[in-house]
Amino acid sequence: MKIKQQIAISDTGFLFNPSTGESFTVNPVGAEILAMLRDGKTEDQILETITGTYTVEKKTAEKDLHEFAGMLKMFQIIDKE
Amino acid sequence: MEKKHYDRPLITRIEAGMPGKSGLRGELPPTTHIDGQPVAELIKTYGSPLFVFSEQTIRSNFRKAQKAFTTRYPKVQFAWSYKTNYLSSICNIFHQEGAWAEVVSGFEYEKAMENGVDPGKIIFNGPGKTREELLKATENGSLIHIDHLDELYLLIEVAETSERKPRVAIRVNMDTGIYPMWDRFGFNYENGQAWDALNKIMYSGKLELMGLHTHIGTFIMTANAYGVATSKMVELARALKQKFNFQVKYIDMGGGFASRNTLKGSYLPGSDTNPSFDEYAEAISSALINSHFTPDDLPLLILETGRALIDDAGYLLTSVIANKRLSAGRRATIVDAGVNLLFTSFWYQHQVTVAQGVSQYREDTTLYGPLCMNIDCIRESINLPVLNPGDHLVIHHTGAYNVTQWMQFITFRPNVILIDGTGNTHLIREKEGRESISGMELLPGHLQKIQE
Repeated sequence: MKIKQQIAISDTGFLFNPSTGESFTVNPVGAEILAMLRDGKTEDQILETITGTYTVEKKTAEKDLHEFAGMLKMFQIIDKE
Repeated sequence: MEKKHYDRPLITRIEAGMPGKSGLRGELPPTTHIDGQPVAELIKTYGSPLFVFSEQTIRSNFRKAQKAFTTRYPKVQFAWSYKTNYLSSICNIFHQEGAWAEVVSGFEYEKAMENGVDPGKIIFNGPGKTREELLKATENGSLIHIDHLDELYLLIEVAETSERKPRVAIRVNMDTGIYPMWDRFGFNYENGQAWDALNKIMYSGKLELMGLHTHIGTFIMTANAYGVATSKMVELARALKQKFNFQVKYIDMGGGFASRNTLKGSYLPGSDTNPSFDEYAEAISSALINSHFTPDDLPLLILETGRALIDDAGYLLTSVIANKRLSAGRRATIVDAGVNLLFTSFWYQHQVTVAQGVSQYREDTTLYGPLCMNIDCIRESINLPVLNPGDHLVIHHTGAYNVTQWMQFITFRPNVILIDGTGNTHLIREKEGRESISGMELLPGHLQKIQE
């Protein structure tokens, strides 16, 4: 998963896609995942951080991460692999 | 280090522009307690899903309605509509408050008797009464509201075999300026059927005419319709007085008052737009006191409202089973209460709130029940906070019709509890088990084994 170059992300969870003009908001967990994606972290590393920081089981975090990635793809925020 | 609370990751597109026709979304606070009882504890003790009734709300609604009418008209009697909710605990709260019983079947009639209602204070409505039921009601001195001519003739026959004269009223249907006009029950006012039936009763000498009854429809959003209906009832009473020098003892205006629920397709919430008890009371009592009745011969005003008295006293608690995305990315949440329990979700946009601390992030969601049937949708679109499996939701205003019209379909029906005035909880209907359903089945001998 790689975030498209042109996407602007603020620390407070605000996204802007200059090529489409669309804006988005993400919640804190979503913002943290986006920051890790931008840093080039792998899915396993992301899951490790999330399960280490939040009260969530790995299987739930994994399912939610896949779904979140699906939404990012649908909104054209990450490149299709 | 203590771990932080987890909300699943969420991304929402910001849609700028003009607000839609529904305006801005309201955000409802979570319902963590009902009458002081924590929702999570109730579910832990009695299971999920769970119907919860508030005795305090029922009594307060009844007193509000009673006050609205008695401050405007001196002789008022409520009769509890059994079909709206015939759990005996619920009926008995209304009876304790002074309500008579209004029943529409032999089953409901027996239930009212079993609850200890004075048979003379049972109103027997409905189009499907049998000869045996009519005989029993006659001998008990109950009030029988005649629905059609065949019933009128049957009752004259019954009267011949009974030592008591049946105490009767006729149900009248009429045009009150609202749509749809209900004309399938009773005798029509405008075409003269009602007057014809009253003449037949008076000339038969076999029946004791007590009053006049109407029930103009359901969820009536305009109180004026009741004013029109009352005036027409008064006209029939006046005609009886003129022709037979007969004074009706009561005028029964039925029910049909809207509750605080919001009908599907409504522009504004029902809690803001539906008439109050005061508005209905004003329309009905004005038509009565401005009529020909003198202060000494005012008839008793009977009201059979059900929905408006009980709807907001009932809650359905449910738990999230799963979340999923539909094909176009729309969020869907599956909960453990479906349309099998919430019959009214076919016509209401039920208010749904979460039962625990909320995430500040919300999403448009479709709320599905647990049934493997496409129709099992509680809300097609509702803005809810981020939900995780196991979270609890509270569905509001579910007190009317659901625990009578619910279906045993696919799965069992759950426990029903009552929270009394002091905050104690009581199980008032036990959840079903396999035996409750299979126990009534009979297997022919050749089908008892599936393998030889």
